[in-house]
Amino acid sequence: MRRLCLLLIALASIAPASAETLITSLSNHRVLINSNYTGTSIAVFGAIERDAQTIARATSYDVVVTVRGPRQLLTVREKQKVGPVWVNQEQQKFPLAPAYLSVLTSKPIDEITSVQLRQRQKIGLAAIINAPDFTYERGGGADREFREALYRLKAQEGLYLEDERGVTFLTPDIFRASIPLPATAPPGEYDVQVVLFADTVILASTVTHFELVKTGFEEQVGAVARDWSLAYGLATAAMAIFFGWLASVIFRRD
Amino acid sequence: MPVSVLLILGMGAAVGFISGLFGIGGGFLMTPLLIFLGIPPAVAVATQSAQIVASSTTSVLGALRRNALDHKLGAMLVAGGLIGSALGVWFFAAVRRAGQLDLVIVVSYVTLFTVVGSLMLKESIREFWTKRRGGTLRLRRQAGEHASYLRWPLRMRFYRSKLYVSVIPILLLSLFIGFAGAVLGIGGGFIVVPALLYIFRVPTNVVVGTSQFQIFCTTLVALILHAVMNQAVDMVLAILLIIGGVFGAQFGARMGRNLRAELFRFLLAILLLAVGLRFALELVIEPQEPFSLTAQERRQ
Repeated sequence: MRRLCLLLIALASIAPASAETLITSLSNHRVLINSNYTGTSIAVFGAIERDAQTIARATSYDVVVTVRGPRQLLTVREKQKVGPVWVNQEQQKFPLAPAYLSVLTSKPIDEITSVQLRQRQKIGLAAIINAPDFTYERGGGADREFREALYRLKAQEGLYLEDERGVTFLTPDIFRASIPLPATAPPGEYDVQVVLFADTVILASTVTHFELVKTGFEEQVGAVARDWSLAYGLATAAMAIFFGWLASVIFRRD
Repeated sequence: MPVSVLLILGMGAAVGFISGLFGIGGGFLMTPLLIFLGIPPAVAVATQSAQIVASSTTSVLGALRRNALDHKLGAMLVAGGLIGSALGVWFFAAVRRAGQLDLVIVVSYVTLFTVVGSLMLKESIREFWTKRRGGTLRLRRQAGEHASYLRWPLRMRFYRSKLYVSVIPILLLSLFIGFAGAVLGIGGGFIVVPALLYIFRVPTNVVVGTSQFQIFCTTLVALILHAVMNQAVDMVLAILLIIGGVFGAQFGARMGRNLRAELFRFLLAILLLAVGLRFALELVIEPQEPFSLTAQERRQ
């Protein structure tokens, strides 16, 4: 009997965490980007459902949407002065870095939750990039400037971004976010992680996926160059010979 | 890559014009220009080789028609050139993996342009002064006088070129040209032609045809190897370069017949030195962003 009581108390203490259910949906599960075009965007919609027993919270909900593109092996190199010239010296590899990374939040991320939780759960751009397993660590924090350089270079291309007003609540329980995808975003599988917070605590989270597909002539040529490299090389050579022959016919002097 | 189509076509035509004017391939001018435009050196080098294939096809076909080609000498040059090309593409891939490709290309260009540019400048100034004084240019060597390396073992007779020389220096020369061509995206005509003329003293009428034959074969192989090993060939860019280059070269060649050779050799020397200097500056000036990023696809 006492054991049952304890069990009931334990169940009751878990109950608030499952009181809210998060339902999310993407506007599209397949995004087409034309490689000449300026890019596109995809919308995430979400609704928060509370079961009948749970009372309304005093504070409002907060949402963090994290989008991760296909993984890449990234190498960051640093030029240093050797004698009179600048030469690539140190390098740092990021074995599983997402090619695209964006974090959209409903308000500044440091107001949503604590630093400890962000670091543990990898919430927010800084926490993801500075995570110990993001790259091989070096002694004395020497990897830090490489992480910063990675973020800076990726941000310049519009591939890593954080938007603290990226998620808008339409009603207290329904929100939407627009994920910007630049034309340079690589094709592949993208994960969309939506995390619901209230009062600095994680209430629920969902993960959905979409596929980014590139269209357009240049992209098709690029795909052929990667997947059929020998045929591509032979075709380019044949084309060059053809043009050379054509010129010798057109401009024949004798 | 967001680079203007018209700009590439225009550059191709301008470089083609210059190459037609001076009777050189033009790869050594086009590749640096592409790099200055912001095209990655790897892509510039690999793609320019397609343009060299096209222009050398035109030259070889012309030479065949005029019977201005030494097949045997050409075959020897090709043999050395192919080995050099394969080594060059392999070296290119290895250096690229190590992250030093840009440095190697830039340093090689600085060296090559400074050396060739100053040699040409010296030559053209000397020529200019001798003509001024009304003297005639003396021949560099008297008949019957041969450099010792031409008498190395494995001598071979080349009837068409009226040559009886060791094949070793010929193979070494073509090996070097093939290697440099693959790494730098140049045909190497501006090195082979003077070398054949002055070192081996091949008759003028077969020099250009033979060297173009060698350039055609080695660059063709380099192009295909670059496509397979480095995947750095951009077909769209190649077409633009070829169209611009082919037509520009024809007009350049027509114009070149009415111009004074020594003046233009002088201008070309200045041009080479200027491009070399531009590259040297790139090495010495502190970069705004010392960090660079390269990505490798993770393919499942």
